Amino acid sequence: MKYVSGYSIWLVLFFIVPVLIVLSFSFMEKSIYGGVEFSFSLEGYKSLFSIGYLKILWRSIWISFVATLLTILLALPVAYYIANSKIKDLLLLLVVIPFWTNSLIRIYAWIFVLGNNGIINQVLRKIGLVNDYIQFLYNPYAVILVIVYTYLPYAIIPLFASIDRLEKSILEAAFDLGCNKTKAFFKVLIPNIKSGLITATLFVFIPALGSYAIPDLVGGVNSKMIGNEIVRQLTVAKNWPAASAISSILTLATLIGVLLFVKSTQKEVHT
Amino acid sequence: MKPGALSKTITIFTFVFFYVPIFIVILFSFNNSKSPVWTGFSLHWYKELFFDSYDVWRAFFNSILVAVSSSLVATALGTLAAIGLYWEKFRGKSTIWIISYLPLIIPDIIIGVSLLIFFVMLKIRLSLLTIFIAHTTFSLSYAMMIVYSRLQDFEYSIVEAAYDLGATKSVALYKVIIPVAFPGILAAFFMSFTLSIDDFVITFFVAGPGSTTLPLKIYSMIRFGISPTINAISTLLLVGTIAISLTMKKYLKYIF
Repeated sequence: MKYVSGYSIWLVLFFIVPVLIVLSFSFMEKSIYGGVEFSFSLEGYKSLFSIGYLKILWRSIWISFVATLLTILLALPVAYYIANSKIKDLLLLLVVIPFWTNSLIRIYAWIFVLGNNGIINQVLRKIGLVNDYIQFLYNPYAVILVIVYTYLPYAIIPLFASIDRLEKSILEAAFDLGCNKTKAFFKVLIPNIKSGLITATLFVFIPALGSYAIPDLVGGVNSKMIGNEIVRQLTVAKNWPAASAISSILTLATLIGVLLFVKSTQKEVHT
Repeated sequence: MKPGALSKTITIFTFVFFYVPIFIVILFSFNNSKSPVWTGFSLHWYKELFFDSYDVWRAFFNSILVAVSSSLVATALGTLAAIGLYWEKFRGKSTIWIISYLPLIIPDIIIGVSLLIFFVMLKIRLSLLTIFIAHTTFSLSYAMMIVYSRLQDFEYSIVEAAYDLGATKSVALYKVIIPVAFPGILAAFFMSFTLSIDDFVITFFVAGPGSTTLPLKIYSMIRFGISPTINAISTLLLVGTIAISLTMKKYLKYIF
C-alpha cells in the first residue's frame, strides 16, 4: 500500500474529484457570471434539448463514425503489410514518427496544403483551372480528413500488434483447406484479431468524438462538434451547468462504450 | 501468407498521405516569400524565428519546464505504484486499477474541463503550476502501466535473492528493482514527456495569462494569420521528434 499511496492520492485528488465536481455541477443552477448557484436544478440538461444542440450531437457522431471507419479501412491493410514485411522495424518507425509529431503541426500542415491560399489552390490558379479558389477547408469533410490523418497511427499500432502475435500458420492452414482470400480474411483473420480491432476502433472513435482543435481549426460554422459546444457553453454562454451536463453525458457514453468492449473481449477469452 | 497487391498499394498510399503534407511544410520553411508560392531558397523564416520571436521561445521554455517536471513526478509516482501493484498485497487493488484506466479512456476535453472547474472552484490561479498538475495527472497512468508491463518479465527470485543476501527493502529497491525496471522507467519518462510537449486541449483549459506553452502559441499563430515562421518551428520540431525517436528506438517496444 505504501508504494501506491502517492499515485492513488494524486489520481483521486486531481482526476476523480474534479470529474465528480463536474457531474454535480451539471445538476445545479446557472449563475449569471459563470459558475453555479448551489441549488438543485435540471436546467443544464433541459437546455440540451434544443435543435441546435441535437444537430451538433448528431454531427459529432456521424463525423466520428465515418472517420473511424475510414481509419480502420486504411489501418488494417497497413498493419497486415507491416506485420509481414522484412523491414518491419523501419516501417513501424515511419508510423511512429507522425504519431510523436505535434498534433497542431499536423493540423497546420493540412491548412497549409488545402487552405484558400494553400498549395493546391496556388497550383490550380497557376495552371488556370480556377480563377479564384476552391474552398477545401471549413466543412465536415475536412474535419474527417484531419481526424483520419491524426489518429491513423493510433489504429495501426494495436492492429499491427495483434496481427504480429497471430500464428501465421492459421492462415496457411485456412488456404490449405481450400479457403479463398476473401473467406480467409473474414472467417480467419478478422475473428482472430478482434481485440486489436476493437482497441483500434476505441482509440480513434473516443478522441474523435471529443475533438476540439480539429473542428475548431479546419471546420466551419457548420462543422462544430461536442467539444466546441462545451467550450462555447463554458466561455461565451457562461452556462456552466450546461457545459457540465454535456461533459457528463460524453463521459458516460465513453464509459458505456468501454464496458461493452471489456465484456466482448472477456467473451472471446471464454469461448 | 504474403500480403497481396491491394494491401501493398494501400500501405504506399498511407505513407504518402502521412509524409507529403509534412514535407511540404518543411520545403516551404525555406521559401523566400510569405505566400505558399515557391520563389526561391531563403533562411528568412529561421532568422525571424531565432532572433525576432521572443514569444515563441518563452512558450518553448515553458513547455520544456512543464514537460520535464511533470514527467519526473509522473514517472516517479508511476514507478512506485507499479512496484506496489505488482508485489504488494492490499485491499482496494482492483479499485486502483479501475481508476488507473479511466484517464486513458476519458476524452481529453473532459479532463481539461474538470480540472478548470476544480481550479476555479478552489480559487487556484491558472499558471504554469496548474499546467504542471494537469500534465502529471494525464501522464501518471501511462507511466504506471509502462513500468508495470516491464516488471512482468522480471524474475521475482532476484529480489528474494537480494533479501537472502541481507538487503533491506530500500536497498533492494534501489540496487535491484529500479535497475532492472530501468528501460521501462525511461520509456515511461519518454512517453510522459511526449504527451506533455504535445498536449493542446487540456493545457488550453488550465493555462492562464502568461503561461503559454508551445502548442498554445502555435494554435494562436494558426488562428490569427499564418506566418511561415510556423513552418520553421514545425521543421525544427520534426527534426527533434525524429532524432528523439531514433535515439529512443530500442525503448519504444516497452511503450507498445
